[in-house]
Amino acid sequence: MPEREQIHKTPQKRREQESTETSVPTAQGEKIKGELDELLDEIDSVLETNAEEFVKSYIQKGGE
Amino acid sequence: MAVPKVCGIETEYGVSRRGGGEDNPVVASSLLINSYVDDKKVGWDFEDETPARDARGFTRDASNPPDVETHLVNAVLTNGARYYVDHAHPEYSTPECTDAMSVLRADKAGERIIAASMELAGVTLGSEGEIVAYKNNSDGKGNSYGCHENYLMDRNCAFGDIVKTLLPWFVTRQIFTGAGKVGAEHDRDSVDFQISARSDFFEEEVGLETTIRRPIVNTRDEPHAMSSQYRRLHVIVGDANLCELSTFLKVGTTAIVLAMIEDNALENDLSIYEPVRALRSVSRDLTCTSPLELRSGGSATPIEIQWQFLASAKKYAERTGLEHCGGADVGAEVLRRWEEVLTDLEGDPLSLDGRLDWVTKFCLLEQFKDRDGLSWSDPKLALIDLQYHDVRPKRSLYERLVQAGKVERLLSEEEVERAISRPPDDTRAYFRGECLRRWPKSIIAANWDSIVFDVGSGSLQRVPMMDPLKGTRNHVEALLNTCDTPLDLIERLGSPLA
Repeated sequence: MPEREQIHKTPQKRREQESTETSVPTAQGEKIKGELDELLDEIDSVLETNAEEFVKSYIQKGGE
Repeated sequence: MAVPKVCGIETEYGVSRRGGGEDNPVVASSLLINSYVDDKKVGWDFEDETPARDARGFTRDASNPPDVETHLVNAVLTNGARYYVDHAHPEYSTPECTDAMSVLRADKAGERIIAASMELAGVTLGSEGEIVAYKNNSDGKGNSYGCHENYLMDRNCAFGDIVKTLLPWFVTRQIFTGAGKVGAEHDRDSVDFQISARSDFFEEEVGLETTIRRPIVNTRDEPHAMSSQYRRLHVIVGDANLCELSTFLKVGTTAIVLAMIEDNALENDLSIYEPVRALRSVSRDLTCTSPLELRSGGSATPIEIQWQFLASAKKYAERTGLEHCGGADVGAEVLRRWEEVLTDLEGDPLSLDGRLDWVTKFCLLEQFKDRDGLSWSDPKLALIDLQYHDVRPKRSLYERLVQAGKVERLLSEEEVERAISRPPDDTRAYFRGECLRRWPKSIIAANWDSIVFDVGSGSLQRVPMMDPLKGTRNHVEALLNTCDTPLDLIERLGSPLA
């Protein structure tokens, strides 16, 4: 089975195809983009600092 | 015949000590829970715990059954839940519920209880840092902790039939139950992002283990109810969810499938080849369209297999009704939402952004990837994955998305608030929770199927509650209202609840 092919078959492609078919009015598109940028900025402000160190130090014992 | 699907979820949270102090997970978990329960603590009663009993009809084989740890913090709450330290994690078990909406409410209440515990522990610790909990399933370094579901089953239903249907069920339901995960646990089958956080941890089809060689179908047979009549199906394969629709569908659809197994109502044999391998490949196929080989011949995609389960469920609802698996209203809502999700997954999985965890997380990561020009191996994406599950309201990325109106909710905050302190009305959890609320100082210990009272004189009084559907509000509220003291209750009860 061509597993590699499967891994790379993400929904991304379908979304790109569709977005070329439907054109979003510019003003509305700008507004949505503005809101998204704002949300990402807000998330940036609550993200822990030093991602690499933080993720590395998150070690759990197995449970269950 | 199908028995009522009394059900619940038990979640082990990831736990870390931050900003000083010793990072000992057992100590951190204990401090977290003690901060919450404090003086209202009622202990757990370990009588009748038999985690080594196997559903296949024997007790204890060469495997390692879980230990019953009696020395750690272990409390019962007025909402009927159990809140305790399991191994090295804080764990919250919802009370017994009869439908998926009730489980969802109790599970979300659990998140609020953990959040409140962290805040209270922070007060205790002061300048010595804080304890942080994550509702996820993996540390990304090969260590996993579980989110288990439990369903009441008819003892007469052959376990082989349960296994046969559940293997393709669990392999394919992850397309809506997955919590999403950046990367893989093992280098051998690396991936950028996958649907389920748990699927990499499963190595067997059937077995008793929960910590090593994990099986897709777990055989622990500890009913916490009349064992001649019932078994409890202990499901260990699921992800811990934050999206309400994911939790609702996970429990609601599984309850219906289990009732169909008991009533022999499934139309086609959906068995697949190599389910353990399939569990991983489905988790890695974000389009949900790669075919799986069927034992009956031919192949079907995970979505197609789900459509077949749904088709049987709709006929079952018409013919038999959903009285035993969620009731007419919640059952109908489960079917409606299930169909909607399959339709949307088939159309474009990304359209489920804000409804299913794995899609919501994937879309968030993609946005950061695009904006910041990151590769999938960038630690920032791993941090976003982890912090999506942070239970602190201010740090939780899931919560940020909720606040921004990007996530669909099924619950109102008022009903979650109520579920923090009040039990469901329609199971024995009502009796447990109400007794605790009314007479916390007179209850020495409690567990799923009994309560031990100290009535002030003579010996301790144990009230068995072997039937999960006795002790409901309808059954005992009037009686409780006539009792001023637990002694009144014991005298008036006369006999066990069951």
